[in-house]
Amino acid sequence: MPLLGFIFRRVLQTIPTIAFILVVTFILVRLLPGDPASAMLGDRAIDADVQRINAKLGLDQPIPVQFLYFTKAVFTGDLGNSIGLKLPVIELIERRLPVTLMLTGMAALIALLVAVPLSFVAALNRGGAPDAIIRGTFQIGLSMPVFYVGLVLLTVFAAKLRWFPVGGYGQNFLDDLYHLFLPATTLALSLSAVLMRNLRAAIIGVVGADYVDFARAKGLRARVIMTRHVLRNALISTVTLFGLSIGTLLGGAVITETVFAIPGAGRLMIEAIYGRDYPVIQGLTIALALLVSFTFLLTDIVQAWLDPRVVR
Amino acid sequence: MTAPSPDRNTAGGGLKVRGLTTTFATPRGLATVVDGINLDVAPGEIVGLVGESGSGKSMTLRSIVRLVREPGKVSGQVEWQGRDLMAMREADLRKVRGAEIAMIFQEPMTALNPVLPVRLQIEENLSAHTTLDRRARRQRALELMNIVGIPAAERRLDEYPHQFSGGMRQRVMIAIALANSPKLLLADEPTTALDVTIQDQILKLILDLRDRFGMSVVFVTHDLGVVAATCDRMAVMYAGRIVETGTVAQVFAEPHHPYTRGLLGSVPRIGAERSMLLSIEGMPPGLIDLPDGCAFHPRCSFATDRCRAERPPLESFAAGREVACFHHQTVAAMAEAA
Repeated sequence: MPLLGFIFRRVLQTIPTIAFILVVTFILVRLLPGDPASAMLGDRAIDADVQRINAKLGLDQPIPVQFLYFTKAVFTGDLGNSIGLKLPVIELIERRLPVTLMLTGMAALIALLVAVPLSFVAALNRGGAPDAIIRGTFQIGLSMPVFYVGLVLLTVFAAKLRWFPVGGYGQNFLDDLYHLFLPATTLALSLSAVLMRNLRAAIIGVVGADYVDFARAKGLRARVIMTRHVLRNALISTVTLFGLSIGTLLGGAVITETVFAIPGAGRLMIEAIYGRDYPVIQGLTIALALLVSFTFLLTDIVQAWLDPRVVR
Repeated sequence: MTAPSPDRNTAGGGLKVRGLTTTFATPRGLATVVDGINLDVAPGEIVGLVGESGSGKSMTLRSIVRLVREPGKVSGQVEWQGRDLMAMREADLRKVRGAEIAMIFQEPMTALNPVLPVRLQIEENLSAHTTLDRRARRQRALELMNIVGIPAAERRLDEYPHQFSGGMRQRVMIAIALANSPKLLLADEPTTALDVTIQDQILKLILDLRDRFGMSVVFVTHDLGVVAATCDRMAVMYAGRIVETGTVAQVFAEPHHPYTRGLLGSVPRIGAERSMLLSIEGMPPGLIDLPDGCAFHPRCSFATDRCRAERPPLESFAAGREVACFHHQTVAAMAEAA
């Protein structure tokens, strides 16, 4: 099975990526102004205390040694303790990240559910009224900033119509879905516009292909032609775009979580930055970076599965 | 080989095309790509459709099974085994396509779906028209790969088009077309994209299949050598119309249309005295503003005022022979003299 070989090689390729992520986060945190000890102790720190804390955190060691300690700690799941919240960082991430994952996952799903059928309608009515309406609407959606769309949805559907909660997070899975619907829709809007544009163009390209005519000459049903021959080929480029957009979606989650008061990783990140909570910033950066590189891995695998020409 | 007449009764058997016309509305005006084509194909017969690029050969083929894209409009009558394909509902036509009438395309590179294994592309044709189960379909796919002469068929079934050579891809396409043992094969330049040795193998394969399964073939090509090697009868197309028909032997020996004469003159012959190859002066006309009268007149050395004013109809002048030219006797006489 050539696909398995491809997956194996692709997984090996993530090793240098992860190493790079670790080096960059390590350096970034050390480049930030101010040092952790002063942040913990406040204005009235005396040198002796600073030195004591630096020794405790291993910050008096040479940089390469610090990096080894850092790497070892990351791999054992020890990301240090939050300065502000006095809790292990890994615990905070375990609590907050799933919320963000659910929000972005839901947004991605909504974007797909909206973009795929609409790009079909637009592509097959190319130049007609449905095409113009769909594209026009999404053009507007694409040009509005996420926080603004969020506020509009909040005002209309939560504050005025009271169909959805104004913010916060649910008590169980279904309640979570209910709470996350508006924020996820907010996030999904620009992504679905991007996907729509791409998929519409891809479908138009594929529909004119010889193999689609050949499929018609075989006497296949229209549904089979559309899914097996058109959609599958059109999705190849869109899948890549979709995977790459997940990173942007996580960035958008930071804003959306703030607007909708959702206790997710995005808001944790903002709080940590305001509080100069270095261990949290560092831990979250690593977690999000790993998440994004994992999404890219998954994207490449899906793409290889869709397009056998990639595997060779 | 019997000399078939164009008026031969093909009811219950072959294909009978009457007044087939395909037009495209373009921003610059209406383009008539196929203009009132009449064509008969008897069971087991191979008819060659010959002409320059853009003469409407491929479009004629696609129009027969209504495989013309928007904004193309097809009209006329296509009688297939007593039924009119033009009047048929899309759902009924779907059952004819790929089952009774199969098609092969010119470009084996682009006509196969690049992301699906060959097995699926053969089997989906069986799923669409038969009740065969998974195992039977696989069995049949394997059988087809063997019929068209693909070595190591068992292993190659699960491979993708990009893993096949050009000639092998064309064989795969033929295997797909043959899946449901069609009665008529519409072959659109099936050998043009291949090199000569492979071309020869594919032609032999098609002839062999005709003999084994009694299949009729409409063979579109611009290659007169291919016509001579494979076809029983031929129809020459120019600017969307048929200008001459007859058996291959008749047309090659005694062309009656100046255009046919020009086409034949541009092919070198082995054994004949070496002389300059003739070429037809000028370019084929644009299909939107065809010249008045005979569409060929601007390029024709026989043209008179009548040709410029009046369009010559396609008329029978001998058994099984038709030509659309006012001066065909002169043309034929000159060919004999030469």
